Order: sequence, then C-alpha cells, then structure tokens
Amino acid sequence: MTSFPEAARIALGDSQLRHNLRNATTTIRNKRARVVAEVPDWEELREAGRTIKAEVMRRLDECLLQFEESVQAAGGQVHWARDAAEANAIVLDVARAHDASEVVKVKSLTTDEIGLNEALAAGGVHAIETDFAELILQLDGDWPSHILVPAIHRNRSEIRDLFMRTIGDGRELSDDPRELADTARLYLREKFLDAKVGVSGANFGVAETGTVVVVESEGNGRMCTTLPPVLVTVLGIEKLVPTFADLEVFLQLLPRSSTGERMNPYTSLWTGVTVGDGPQEFHVVLLDNGRTRVLSDEVGRQALHCIRCSACLNVCPVYTRTGGHAYGSVYPGPIGAILTPQLRGVAKAKSLPYASSLCGACYEVCPVKIDIPSVLLHLRAQTEKDVAERIAMRSLARIFGNARLYEWAQRLARAGERPARRVPGPLATWTQTRELKPFAKETFREWWSRERGA
Amino acid sequence: MNEARDEILARTRAAIRESTPPDPVARAYRTRGLLDDPGRVALLGERLLDYRARVENTTAAALRDLLDEIARGGRIGVPRGLPETWRPASSVEDDGLSTYELDALDGVVTGCTVAIAETGTLVLAGGEMEGRRALTLVPDVHICVVRTDQIVETVPEAFAALLGFEHRPLTLVSGPSATSDIELERVEGVHGPRTLIVVILKEAG
Repeated sequence: MTSFPEAARIALGDSQLRHNLRNATTTIRNKRARVVAEVPDWEELREAGRTIKAEVMRRLDECLLQFEESVQAAGGQVHWARDAAEANAIVLDVARAHDASEVVKVKSLTTDEIGLNEALAAGGVHAIETDFAELILQLDGDWPSHILVPAIHRNRSEIRDLFMRTIGDGRELSDDPRELADTARLYLREKFLDAKVGVSGANFGVAETGTVVVVESEGNGRMCTTLPPVLVTVLGIEKLVPTFADLEVFLQLLPRSSTGERMNPYTSLWTGVTVGDGPQEFHVVLLDNGRTRVLSDEVGRQALHCIRCSACLNVCPVYTRTGGHAYGSVYPGPIGAILTPQLRGVAKAKSLPYASSLCGACYEVCPVKIDIPSVLLHLRAQTEKDVAERIAMRSLARIFGNARLYEWAQRLARAGERPARRVPGPLATWTQTRELKPFAKETFREWWSRERGA
Repeated sequence: MNEARDEILARTRAAIRESTPPDPVARAYRTRGLLDDPGRVALLGERLLDYRARVENTTAAALRDLLDEIARGGRIGVPRGLPETWRPASSVEDDGLSTYELDALDGVVTGCTVAIAETGTLVLAGGEMEGRRALTLVPDVHICVVRTDQIVETVPEAFAALLGFEHRPLTLVSGPSATSDIELERVEGVHGPRTLIVVILKEAG
C-alpha cells in the first residue's frame, strides 16, 4: 500500500476536502459532546462496554459456538470463512442458488473490507449499495472517506450532477438535499420491493440468543433485512456480545458516540427466521480474515473491541486534516491506524502506527475505552527501525550519558552551525517544513560555571 | 465448510490460551430512572419532538376521532390484532398484503411493546398489535399508539421489559427515517416512513 505520509501529502493539498472535513468533524464532535454530557453514568457505561468486550475476547471460542447453535436453533444457517475469498464465495453461492442477478446491500465496513461487491460482480451479480452515501460513491466509482458519512468529501452540486447523469431518469434536479434524497428513494424503492436477496453486515451478534443487530438511520437497513425472501449477513467474529441484555450497554454507547444522537432512527434485531415476518431463509457468515491474528496479541487485541462509532476520527488532529483516504484501508483514523496493521500484518502497513501525534484524544472519546495510543506505541516497537535512526539514537545515548562528552558536543554543534539551518543527509526531511533553531551563544552549563562556578 | 470452522476455532483457542483473565464485567450503570409517571410521559414527548416526530396526547374516548382526523380518509393499514377503537374508518387489515400493496397504502396504525422516554424510542416486537416488520416500514406514514403504562425511562428498563421477546423480530424506532449524508444537512425520510406520528394514550388499558 502507499505509505501514509505520501497519501496524506496529496490529501492535504486538496482545500475543498480539508474544508468539508473540518466542517463535518467539528459538527459531529460537538453533537456528540452534547448528548454524552446528558448521560450521568457515561463513564460507568464505558467501563461496562470495555469489560464486556474483554470478556468476549477471552471466551471467543465458546461465544462463537453458542452463537452458531442459537442461530441454527432459530432456523438460520451458519457459515465460517477464514478469509475474504471464502466469505465472498459463500455469498455468491447464495445469490446464485436463487438466480439473483442483483442483491440489495446495507452499508457495511466488513463487506467493504473483503471486497464483496467486486467479487460478486466478477461472478455476475450486481450488489446495489442502498445507503445514501454509499450509493453516491458507487454511482461515481469513488471510495468512502469517513466511516459514518462516507461521502463527506462530496458537495451537493457534485451529487446533483451525478444523479442527473445516472439515476435521475432524465429529470432536471436542483441541489436541494431533500430533492436529492427523494431521487434516491424513488430509484431504490423498486429495487427493495423486487429484491430476491439482501446482504448486510451487522453491528452486534448475541451469543446467547443468536440475535443479529443492525443500527442505521435511513431505513435502507430495514428494507434489506426485511423485504427480500433471502438474507445473508457477514459478521466479523469480534462483533459478538455474550448476552441479549448486554445490548442495553452498547445501544446507549454507540448512537451517542457515532451520530451524536440519543438513539439512531432505526435499530433492527432479528433471530434466525420468523414465520410470516421477513426473510424465510437466513445465512450468517462468520468471518476471520485476520481477526484471530489480532486476537493473539494481548495488547493489540483491544482493537477488536471497536464498535465502529467513528468518534476517534472526529477528534483526531491527524484524521481531521488528511481525511480517510490517506489511511489506505476501509478502517481510517486512529482505530484504523491500529486495526489495519494488525489485520494485514505490521510489515504491510508499517507507516500507519506513526500516523498519530499520540495526543490521546481518541482514547478519551472511545465508548469502549480502547487505549489507542498504547497500542500505537506497541505496534511502533514492532516496525523495523531505520538504520540511520538507530545509530543516531545510540550515539545520542552515549553523549547524554557522559558530562564531558556532552559539553564537547554542544561546542561542536555551535561551531558546525550553518546559516542555511538545514540538516543534510537522512535527517533532511525533519527540516523541510521546520526552521532549525540556532544554538544559544552560551549554554546553560557554560553560564553556570561562569557565574557560580568555583 | 467444516474445515474453515475447525481452523477458525483452533486459531481462536491458540490466540487466547495464554491470556490473563480480564477484569470482571462492571455493571455500575443506571438500571432504573428517577422520574414519576407524568415526568416520563412528558420526556418521551419532548424527545420525540426533538427528532421531528409529531406527538399527540389523547384519551381512549377521543382516540378514534383523532385517528380519523389524521387519516383523512386515506387507506391505512392495520395489523390483525389491533382493537376496533384503534382503527380509523378507512383501515385495511394486513392479511398478507404484498409489498406492492403495502407500498400503495397511505399509512399504517400500530401499537408498540415498550417506549423509552430518555431516547425517544418506540420498540416494536412483532406482536398482534404491531404486525410484521414490513407493515411499519413500507407505507409512508407510521402512526404509533403508545399507552402511558408502556413508557419506561431508560434503555436498561426497556431491555428488562423485553425479556421473553428476545427471539421475536424487534425494531427500535426513534423518529422518522433520516439522512445527513449531503453536507451534514438533515433530511427526514429516505426509505422508511417519512412521517412518524406518536399518539400517547392517557389511560392505561
């Protein structure tokens, strides 16, 4: 993948993107702060969220088996997928078994992660994204830039032009968001009513009951999980919670942290198949795709606690400037910086653990208290150090450890100071954007020995 | 795919084998609210208005007239178990309507199982008076009648009330459907009902 610094440089040059991002992240951040402040037991809820997730990870094998049994008992079918290819093949098989050339799909990071749409397309099945923002991106061949508002980098006139070119049915459209939303409603309604197969991700799966939970705003999630006769849900194995009652914690934490609402407009919970209500054939695909690798690292494991609220993106001084594309993954921002390298292997995304100033704002807002800064440091320790940096650090350590050597180095630095104030060689990048401060004419140690010295 | 199942379980077990036991689950959060009955009813109304739902307060005696006034003669779907006095004159019973027939309705009237004041949420649990999920999803107007004795203050109280309903399809509704995807400007109503009318019924029963 392109390294974070390279990708970020391109993003930082896009002033429209930076303007949109600043607007969006500030607005959502303030909304979140308002509704979180309303909750007197917010810290207790966070602690409950953290400890429940830690408990799930510790007993994940049991929870998975219990979930499988519960879904099957309720008339659902459970599939297991070690990687993206296996998961995609399962979904494609279901679509083919029902002769579906189209499936309707709810926005889902997990299915983006495994490239499901592309895999289905290769198999002759078109996946229609039904979330408003995802539809915009799909129609334009673009990529999400924010977990929660994926098309935040596009403005209304761009969306109007796009709709007139694609789904507008030849009508003249204004750039009024109401009219644009109605255009999408009209276009997708027919798709929903006729769909044979629906595909979703999920926010939670309940081990105790086999219940699957989808949290959303627009109603496209309800449409996709209710109207088609067949439903396939792709569930990352880390999304389980032990009991049904545990949802009372997460359904308070998630909406307030995510959209800054007390509760999102729609939350759907279903368990297997219900006669006379909704899909009569239900498949759930339990996906590993690197998650057991993350699980095996006791420090890094907490990245799996993430409930995908995106609060950490909106407070991050790095994300709010670069946006999501620079992270080169469907999981951007601080959580992406710890999740992506672990899912793929640190060697494949070694610049990401450095895409942070370690300010800790992400940890403070995280609804399940993931200590992102500590995991970042933990991952940095696993990346290979630059040889020059290693030699420099070792020499510095020696100089700082010896008073005479230290004084000698200070004099040498002053003597060697050049008017250009740029450091040559491998450290040049440091001074590309910074002025090197001139050394003091007299060091503190020299002053001390002159004034007070014996 | 038993091979995949076995391998994922084996990887999971290998990953957690050496782990130190986690902290015990901490449940120090509120499981009960503090408001009295009128306080709860008022809070629910306020929170629903905040999400731009329309809120009406009425009594059992006046319910039918209110529903007729809201329905204005439109074709309004109702679930089979809805009481006679909760049905507007122009109601159509859902005896297995097709999705296109549901789409042709002007609205729907249902009850609910529990309502959460603090979050302005109605919980539909697929009961006799709530109907199947498609009924409250496809028509453009959802009129939901809430009895005051169904209103709880907090989310945990709602989950306590849902004990025994875990296996039913559940839908939590908090305001009409909405999107903020275009420049964060909120638009009510994308795919779900664009209008949500909550009728709070004063007398219990």
